Amino acid sequence: MAVKVYGAAMSTATVRVLLCLEEMGAEYELVPIDFSTGEHKSPPHVARNPFGQVPAFEDGDLMLFESRAISRYVLRKYKASGPDLLREGSLEESAMVDVWLEVEAQQYDKAISAIYIETVIKPVFFGGVPDEKVVAESAEKLGKVLDVYEARLSKSKYLAGDFLSFADLSHIPYTHHIVAGPQASLFESRPHVKAWWESLASRPAYKKVTTGTPTS
Amino acid sequence: MGVKVYGMPMSTNTVRVLAALNEKGVEFELVIVDLRTGAHKKPDFLALNPFGQIPALEDGDVVLFESRAINRYIATKYAEAGPDLLLSSGTPAERAVVDLWLEVESQQFGPPIAALVYEALIKPMLGGATDVTVVEAQATKLEKVLDVYEARLAQSKYLAGAEFTLVDLNHIPYTNYLMKTPKASLVTSRPHLLAWWQDISSRPAWQKTAAAIPF
Repeated sequence: MAVKVYGAAMSTATVRVLLCLEEMGAEYELVPIDFSTGEHKSPPHVARNPFGQVPAFEDGDLMLFESRAISRYVLRKYKASGPDLLREGSLEESAMVDVWLEVEAQQYDKAISAIYIETVIKPVFFGGVPDEKVVAESAEKLGKVLDVYEARLSKSKYLAGDFLSFADLSHIPYTHHIVAGPQASLFESRPHVKAWWESLASRPAYKKVTTGTPTS
Repeated sequence: MGVKVYGMPMSTNTVRVLAALNEKGVEFELVIVDLRTGAHKKPDFLALNPFGQIPALEDGDVVLFESRAINRYIATKYAEAGPDLLLSSGTPAERAVVDLWLEVESQQFGPPIAALVYEALIKPMLGGATDVTVVEAQATKLEKVLDVYEARLAQSKYLAGAEFTLVDLNHIPYTNYLMKTPKASLVTSRPHLLAWWQDISSRPAWQKTAAAIPF
């Protein structure tokens, strides 16, 4: 039986899970949750995710939420049919994957998500106008984070080491939107970051999952 | 050569790592990196954590940062010692539920409680004044999260299931500080949450860790 993902195409967290499923060649069903009708706060969905967010995930009797937890489960479950993106066979490699996953969640996301909300969510879904001050401050923060990434990626091909891992893929959902807008310059101006991004964006799973998502 | 933790005992994220090491009975050396002197932004420390934040951990050739990643490493390396903090010998479903609640701590609980604790406790210590509107706003966000926790803990002794795991441990340092503020009422007013807090904060390993916090 195929696994189910309850989510939405414009949800970066949903895309994170879909990328992992596609990388591992897994069969899945995407069940759309309609934010415009408040479906994410409806009792059936809150029963899947008590925070009323997407994605939620179902594999038989197992219900999960939080995209990074779902992704870890998917990457383990389908390990035999795709790349080794968690490196759990090596204490040191898996530790580096975990470090850069935390960097993505704690450092990168905090800067880039604000740009995404202002320049994509507000205009596309609420007909609003970006707060340019917030965008400028967030872009500055993101630039400082990317300086660390530039230094890191000049020493190793991918974030956790010379191997592609879930830590790299976890960056895709937000970055996809931001490189379509004026803040692309933050990535273009840093050669190793640029090469790293282009490598991720050339992956078939990336192209499959991001076709049809809104860009700024 | 043993494990070295770079940080300071007042720092909740440093304490998160010390708590895990103590649960596992691992000997370590705490190398003080005093934020008040700007030591965290000096080249020696940036070589360990390029983001200039504490803690960092050194274990032989392995250098790690981000307290939650460090704790996964400790739980994995020392899986056989003390409690099985990641349920490494559990089923895929059990491991996934641990990962789920680890993410809840990181994504839902962490941001409002960190902001609240900073405003109510840390800022005054650094010579600033608490802005009560910020405390109230963060408390309102945190309450919604704690309502989910209360419902969860009514069905499950610990957050990830029947056993104490890294999930519960990762909550201890910030909750410890919350309990020193007037917003302790957010916990004391929720019976299952309070029972859980009393249980996990009475663990001998936490008592040992807490004794080293100068607060």
